[in-house]
Amino acid sequence: MGLDLRKPIGIFFLVLGVILVGHGFLTRGAEMYAKSLGININLIWGAVLIVFGLLMLIPALLSKGGGE
Amino acid sequence: MTSFLPANCALFLANAVNLAPVDYAILLIYVFVVVAIGFALKRYMKSSADFLTSGRSIPAWVTGLAFMSANLGALELVGMSACGAQYGIATCHFYWVGAIPAMVFLAVFMMPFYYGSKARSVPEYLKMRFDERVRGFNSITFAVMTVFASGISMNALAGLLHQLLGWNYDLSLWICSAVVLVYVLKGGLTSAIYTEVLQFFMIVLGFAPVVYLGLKDVGGWSAVTRNLAQVSQHPAAQNLNDKVFGADAWTSAWSPIIGGAAENPMGVDIFAMVFGLGFVLSFGYWCTNFLVVQRAMAAKNMTSARNTPLIAAVPKMILPVLVILPGMIAAVLGNMQGKNYSIPKTEIPEASYPALIQVLKSESANLDAAAVTPEVIKSLEKKLTDATGKSSGISFFAPKLAPLAASAKTLDDAALKPAIQDAVTNDYNGVILSLLQRYCPTGLLGLALTALLASFMSGMAGNVTAFNTVWTYDLYQAYIAPNKSDEHYAWMGRAITVVGILLSIACAYFARNFNNAMNICQLVFGFVNAPLFATFLLGMFWKRTTGTGAFLGLLAGTATSAIFHGLTLSVGSNPGVKGAYLGLAHTFPSEMAQNFWLATFAFSVCFLLTAGISLATQRTKSDADLKGLVYSLTPKLVVENQPFYLKPAVLGSVLLGICVILNIIFW
Repeated sequence: MGLDLRKPIGIFFLVLGVILVGHGFLTRGAEMYAKSLGININLIWGAVLIVFGLLMLIPALLSKGGGE
Repeated sequence: MTSFLPANCALFLANAVNLAPVDYAILLIYVFVVVAIGFALKRYMKSSADFLTSGRSIPAWVTGLAFMSANLGALELVGMSACGAQYGIATCHFYWVGAIPAMVFLAVFMMPFYYGSKARSVPEYLKMRFDERVRGFNSITFAVMTVFASGISMNALAGLLHQLLGWNYDLSLWICSAVVLVYVLKGGLTSAIYTEVLQFFMIVLGFAPVVYLGLKDVGGWSAVTRNLAQVSQHPAAQNLNDKVFGADAWTSAWSPIIGGAAENPMGVDIFAMVFGLGFVLSFGYWCTNFLVVQRAMAAKNMTSARNTPLIAAVPKMILPVLVILPGMIAAVLGNMQGKNYSIPKTEIPEASYPALIQVLKSESANLDAAAVTPEVIKSLEKKLTDATGKSSGISFFAPKLAPLAASAKTLDDAALKPAIQDAVTNDYNGVILSLLQRYCPTGLLGLALTALLASFMSGMAGNVTAFNTVWTYDLYQAYIAPNKSDEHYAWMGRAITVVGILLSIACAYFARNFNNAMNICQLVFGFVNAPLFATFLLGMFWKRTTGTGAFLGLLAGTATSAIFHGLTLSVGSNPGVKGAYLGLAHTFPSEMAQNFWLATFAFSVCFLLTAGISLATQRTKSDADLKGLVYSLTPKLVVENQPFYLKPAVLGSVLLGICVILNIIFW
């Protein structure tokens, strides 16, 4: 199939990552982080999602093979 | 869909959560992306083959992840974490013994026939190898089964959304189905496969932080093993088990099972585990179930098709960390003082208590403490159903509540209420949700819940795409309207997709209203599945196997399952849906052991009868007919320019080696 799956996956997780980082930044120090043992998990995990999204997206944009 | 766990329509009873706008945003983005993938694929959907079989064009890493993900439905996620709490690390056998060898076998030995024969489905292979009877039997049972599986999953999804988020059941069911319908209708099998890969990454990235936080909370892996040693010796403290086990029962994969059925909480002996699960059930599922094999058949070439199960085996080996460990963490949290956690109890609505207490009191007049007979339980079950309604699920606990009825004479209402709550069993299906609620702040909660919803929806998509292919090629084209144009079949593929979704919705309502009837249906499918691998094994590796032998062997194997189930029972169950409806010949220590032994018997009968009848009947297919379908009559595949270390046999051996090492580490 002509659609390289790495692109939608990469974009999807990139967007989710940005949302989580943004949400984590705006809510830093909030009471709800008692749940995640005092860690601002949104900020950290959002960054992980951004890295994963880029790892999917960049090779897909560089290659012309369509994910083969 | 997993065919290994005992039939159980999940009753989710979780506390409500409040989602923030950010959580809804994540959910909506997911829906937008899967629909967008469907629309992006639309322009590639030209022929019926593009729509139903992806035109055999997908790279191996995609089919590989989809192969594994098609089995990683939401009920599997919920069920595996439940088993993690109930049985500990031995649950990993469903992933190691119960999957890896079968996946390697499929890749090395069977894929060349499935892919090389150009069959478009597993039933079509059966027709090429045997005859129309075997195909008809397999395709009809498979088609019905997929619709039921998808209905069960959608019922669980809508029930979950209703109880967790307070959404309307009907609305949730129809909207989620509509989303699946849109993207499957646009992108066909490719859409389903792509969203399965997306779902896989969602599960990994959504659950990993929860497992991390859970481990950190209890104090790391060493704290897990230390606490589980205590749990093993006092499982009754958390209502996990009535018995007492050795200290390693929850933390060792093999030694408690080698010790015998009484030494492990699964109640399974080593033969049932290795032969029943590891050989019969596992090979029967991974090597013959069209739902998963279809993913490998969609690969772009033979090498990719054979690599599909091998690629799938890698994440499959590691996934217990994400799906089983959370259950073990839940048991650890429940054991630790001061963590303020207990495994979720099946919740009884406050409004049901007066009626419930009334029933117990009226029942207590008729019996004394010494005589809780099956008849008493049956009558209590009926009265509970009348008083609290079938859908509440309370009648299910009649065996646990019956002793209470006996003592209800002496207890007043205030004392009965906590006693009732104690008698009601743990709701293991709520384990994973309880952890999400415990550790996820808004934001992460949206990600984790979306991962769960994604696996429900892609489960439906997977079932529907397998269903529409079998219907169009194996039933419609074969028996109803042969020799039509490809446009006609492409149209039929789309039309039956709509029908398949509507049937799934109907099944979801059926499951909601007739939970028991649904359990019976699942039971019957289990009967059909158990002997199936014997037919394939003989068909693929023995050219003398005849169509008559295969057909009669399969029927006899299925009948054996039903009779075996009708004559056996597990400890603590009552005759009926759980077995022994023909009489009681043997009692197994657990439902799982009963299930594994049933498969073993069905397989053996099917194997022996197929072989015997084949010898007694004339072959209808010559050696030339069977070329490419039977091992000894097919020239060996020679792949040029392939380094030896990339050969499926070599890769498969490496994977098996890693699997053995994992088993030794957690011995």
